Amino acid sequence: MTVRINGKEFEVSPGTSVAAALLNIGYSGFRRSETGESRGPVCGMGICLECRVQIGGVRHVRACMVTCQDHMEIETDA
Amino acid sequence: MPELDRFDVVVVGAGPAGLAAANAAAGFGARVALIDENELPGGQIYRASRGSISASVREVIEDLSKKSVVRFDGSTVFEAPSDGVLRLWGPRGTQDIGYRSLVLAVGGRELFLPFPGWTLPNAMGIGGLQALVKAGLDVREKRVVVAGTGPLLLAVGAYLLEHGARVPIILEQAPLKDLALFGAGLVRYPAKIGQGISLGRHIATRLRAGAWVERAEGSRAVESVTWRKGGKSFQTECDFLACAYGFVPNVELPQLLGCEIQDGFVKVDDQQLTSVKGVFCAGEPTGIGGVDLSQVEGRIAGLVAIGQDDQAEALFGKRESWKRFARSMDRAFALRHELMELSTPDTIVCRCEDVRAGDLVAWESSRTAKLQTRCGMGPCQGRICGPATQKLFGWTQGSVRPPLSPVPLSALGRPLDEIEN
Ligand SMILES: Cc1cc2nc3c(=O)[nH]c(=O)nc-3n(C[C@H](O)[C@H](O)[C@H](O)COP(=O)(O)OP(=O)(O)OC[C@H]3O[C@@H](n4cnc5c(N)ncnc54)[C@H](O)[C@@H]3O)c2cc1C
Ligand code: FES
Repeated sequence: MTVRINGKEFEVSPGTSVAAALLNIGYSGFRRSETGESRGPVCGMGICLECRVQIGGVRHVRACMVTCQDHMEIETDA
Repeated sequence: MPELDRFDVVVVGAGPAGLAAANAAAGFGARVALIDENELPGGQIYRASRGSISASVREVIEDLSKKSVVRFDGSTVFEAPSDGVLRLWGPRGTQDIGYRSLVLAVGGRELFLPFPGWTLPNAMGIGGLQALVKAGLDVREKRVVVAGTGPLLLAVGAYLLEHGARVPIILEQAPLKDLALFGAGLVRYPAKIGQGISLGRHIATRLRAGAWVERAEGSRAVESVTWRKGGKSFQTECDFLACAYGFVPNVELPQLLGCEIQDGFVKVDDQQLTSVKGVFCAGEPTGIGGVDLSQVEGRIAGLVAIGQDDQAEALFGKRESWKRFARSMDRAFALRHELMELSTPDTIVCRCEDVRAGDLVAWESSRTAKLQTRCGMGPCQGRICGPATQKLFGWTQGSVRPPLSPVPLSALGRPLDEIEN
């Protein structure tokens, strides 16, 4: 299964969440905070919203709550 | 207008409490719905691992489907538009469902206390990191410092080792004598012993009691932590920091429904009934007590919801003994005052709005701080900084407003960016 992250293709194993996939590939910062700090997942369960990314053109999606699908388009720092 | 589906009992949350409630109610032929925002049931402790559910939960779920419980997986309850109606967002879009009785089994979340560097990427919760590993995060050969307090620390430490992580140290803020006391208390609760023993020697050699993280350092992500024990500071290099200080209840949905909150928890009577007619609450929102207490409370709520009061009453004694266990945990893992003094003026407290500790000292309540600094006004709606400012400054948390979580624009017919503000 492959996903596109910031335009580049990566292999991921089925059942992996978008957050886990990003961390595995080496992205630890997923988004920019109000003052421009790099932020990544904290709660892992949909509450903190620090893991927000763009998925399939939809902004502000919680990466920890979504399982990777084949050909998914993911953008960080969107 | 979204269509309305009606149920005798609607259960929100498919963790141990919600599963027990749904099972109990459906056992007597009631029409039951079970809603959870995760893609699969199980809640936090029985969270599915890489899309597969553990055997014990699978059994419960098969039982539920035999009893014709209708499951709404991947569905978030975000609004209560009118009496007896919940609005949810899920795979089928926005949907309203009606109930005669409602069981709120919405669980809890980890408590985070700010310290310099806690906002660095790869610094996260303990359960948070475990949830990510269950969702496919590869921790093999990664150095993970596990820190905070409570039984989860050791359980997750063991879990990470099993999954190939290197865990240089586990920092438990509670002093050794209290931990020993807790260990002794465990003996009286046979069901808990198995969990304790399996932790083993490789955990004991890593455990530092009476020790806590002072700060995390790194440029693009966490690279090391400085921690304190016995009046001295030490530094340990790491790839991840898993740090949290126990749990706080999710009271937002109960609050939205008008349930009375007492000392931060949902107030319930003997029958798990809240201050609102027909609305029950079970599990972590009524008091942090672990999986067994959640389960028995869920069962009681499910039974009373369908009028099986006698059956419910038979479980009161069991519930009381798990409550005693919970109280002994609270005592053993009471938070030390040093943890409330770790922030420097430029340490961020509200991660959504980047409000710093120094910006908050001037205000005397969460309400004024909110108005003056936007603390707690971001997309998480104060779920992370609210409990922190409660511990740090003694502020009580304010009211809640729908939508309870940021649902996509199509759910409300207005853009998400607007909802955030
Ligand atoms: C991140 C985390 C990890 C944990 N790991 C462990 C562990 O490894 N071992 C252990 O012993 N204990 C663990 N615990 C503690 C454990 O969760 C509790 O002891 C107990 O199991 C709680 O059961 P519950 O049914 O009350 O709540 P939970 O298991 O938390 O279940 C609540 C459910 O409600 C759902 N929910 C909440 N709000 C909504 C909504 N608005 N709409 C739809 N669904 C909603 C949630 O998705 C969740 O599945 C963990 C807790 C957390 C927060
Ligand atoms: S990690 Fe907190 S919402 Fe995803």
